[in-house]
Amino acid sequence: MLKINNLHASIGDKAILKGINLEVKAGEVHAIMGPNGSGKSTLASVIAGKEDYEVTEGSILLENEDIEDLAAEERAHNGVFLSFQYPVEIPGVSVTNFIKTAINSTRKAKGLEDMPAKDMLKMIREKSELLEIDRKFLSRSLNEGFSGGEKKRNEIFQMAMLEPKLAILDETDSGLDIDALRIVSNGVNKLKSKDNAVIVITHYQRLLDYIVPDFVHVLLNGKIVKSGGKELAHELEEKGYDWIKEEVNA
Amino acid sequence: MELKEKLVSSFMAFEDNVDVHSSIHDIRTEAIKIFEAEDFPTKKQENWKYTSLNSVLKQDYSVFPKSEKALEYKDVKEYFIHEIDSYKIIFVDGKYSSHLSQTTHDGLDVCLMSAALSKPKYKVIIDNYFNKIANKDSLSSLNTAFSMEGAYINIPKNKVVDKPIQIIHFSTGNEAAMLLQPRNLIVVNENAHVQIIERHQSLTENAVLTNSVTEIFANKRAIVDYYKIQNDNQSASLIDSTFINQKQESLAKVHTFSFGGKLVRNNLEFYQNGERIDSTMKGITIIGDKQHIDHNTLVHHIEPNCESHQDYKGIFDDKSTGVFNGKVLVEKLAQKTNAFQANNNILISDKATINTKPQLEIFADDVKCSHGCTIGQLDESAMFYLRSRGIPEKEAKALLMFAFSNTVLDSVKIPEMKTRITKLIAEKLGVNIGFDL
Repeated sequence: MLKINNLHASIGDKAILKGINLEVKAGEVHAIMGPNGSGKSTLASVIAGKEDYEVTEGSILLENEDIEDLAAEERAHNGVFLSFQYPVEIPGVSVTNFIKTAINSTRKAKGLEDMPAKDMLKMIREKSELLEIDRKFLSRSLNEGFSGGEKKRNEIFQMAMLEPKLAILDETDSGLDIDALRIVSNGVNKLKSKDNAVIVITHYQRLLDYIVPDFVHVLLNGKIVKSGGKELAHELEEKGYDWIKEEVNA
Repeated sequence: MELKEKLVSSFMAFEDNVDVHSSIHDIRTEAIKIFEAEDFPTKKQENWKYTSLNSVLKQDYSVFPKSEKALEYKDVKEYFIHEIDSYKIIFVDGKYSSHLSQTTHDGLDVCLMSAALSKPKYKVIIDNYFNKIANKDSLSSLNTAFSMEGAYINIPKNKVVDKPIQIIHFSTGNEAAMLLQPRNLIVVNENAHVQIIERHQSLTENAVLTNSVTEIFANKRAIVDYYKIQNDNQSASLIDSTFINQKQESLAKVHTFSFGGKLVRNNLEFYQNGERIDSTMKGITIIGDKQHIDHNTLVHHIEPNCESHQDYKGIFDDKSTGVFNGKVLVEKLAQKTNAFQANNNILISDKATINTKPQLEIFADDVKCSHGCTIGQLDESAMFYLRSRGIPEKEAKALLMFAFSNTVLDSVKIPEMKTRITKLIAEKLGVNIGFDL
């Protein structure tokens, strides 16, 4: 699904990613953990195509195709989805209208007609039930005045609607109370299949009790310094990151 | 001959066709003298520092239309808010078009200024209101001197007008260059409500300069909801001066949607003569090419316990230029005034310019006045958010600009009007968003 080779990326003169190697296969869940400033969000943004970052070396392959030259929207059309840590507020555009625009933009890029209104409504109903979102919520302006939990739930609702091949969840657990965390994780788990893959970026192990990863990677100073199974997340929760830093330095 | 001389000599020709022994004519004569003495404004005047009329004034304008041209409704329907029933006062090249109009005298007067100025039954209203609030500057005086035609609206006490009134001035390009000077008088009596939509539309590429003056009187507890649609073509310029006199507890709102025209200058002045008055002015400006739009506003807080709200949004592309000059004057007597002013702008191109200047003059000591102006570019992280959901760059930009102007659209009370404006915005931004914004 996703293959990242020796990826270096910088913003301005500042190198942030310094040689990332990562392979994510269909059906897998990968967690990327690491202290603040280690480059987790940058990695997510670079995969999704944020133009502020310059890839200086290495490659990102999505289904064996190099996506470096693709714009963010083209990557989305090819099945990449990034759930934002801080979703943007768009007054005057309802959740429903926004998601319609997003879906039909992708369909248009693939040479398809707009999704028939009936199918769209049916899909919206199904997916909003999955995330325990009520009708009134869907007619509100996108993210405007949403609580932290509502914003994240809305992100996963969009993910459910867009049915990406590769979903990257950037700190989706931040700002969530326990109920919202359960709803959001439950949504992600139900969307998981053998054909798609999920990368969960998080600071804490808490989310990984709900979305159980197949692999855990530790990102430190722009590099993946350690990989392991889900037990690695527990170890990090217990011991913090210092022991890994020491291991790397030694 | 320079335009000024041409106008002054045209005034004599104008006198051949009007009753020179009326009190109105004394006002006209006085006004032409002011214009003659002051001439057109130049950039040396503080209020015109950022707007030059030079390029507009060099045309050889016809002052009186020579021939009349009839328009068919189907050819100009798109300029009406045609989805709704409305009263209509329509002018073609400055002349009243009876077959495009729908006026009334049934319980309210929605008719013509020319009738109001000449018929005895309107004399009391004209004596009480005509030219009582309009500024005596050179351009308004020029309009007053030639005042003859326009809309005359008088809403009696307690009357809630059943449908909006549309005032549209078409120009057909009958003359190579044409000067139009409509004069509107709107009197909204105690407790009456009215919604008015005004538009100036040129139908050809021939030059048009419109110097329009509107006087609005909102008496005690009256509600006036006024919309200006400015989406004219590249050879049409507009100087619009609107003066609103408010009495106690009245509410007056003016929305100005400026999407096109070679040069547009909006002078919008509110005078609060009573307590607990609410004055609101909002605007969305979206222009490109070398267009120029200048919003020059004044709220004069004269008495205590009143409010004013200003919210102007501007989006400027290409080499377009914008001006916002908002003056809030709070008299010593006007305690407990709440005055808010915001002017936010987005420059899309690095050749576009906006000059924004809030002017607060406050003589009272117990007031709440705030103002803020911002100039910026589109938020890059917001753009990335939209694009990462598959929305292409152009549509993403349009959505963000729409969101940016949403606080102004929010208070549009006629749904069909709101739909039309959102369509014009989408058209202006060159996108089909895939749903009605």
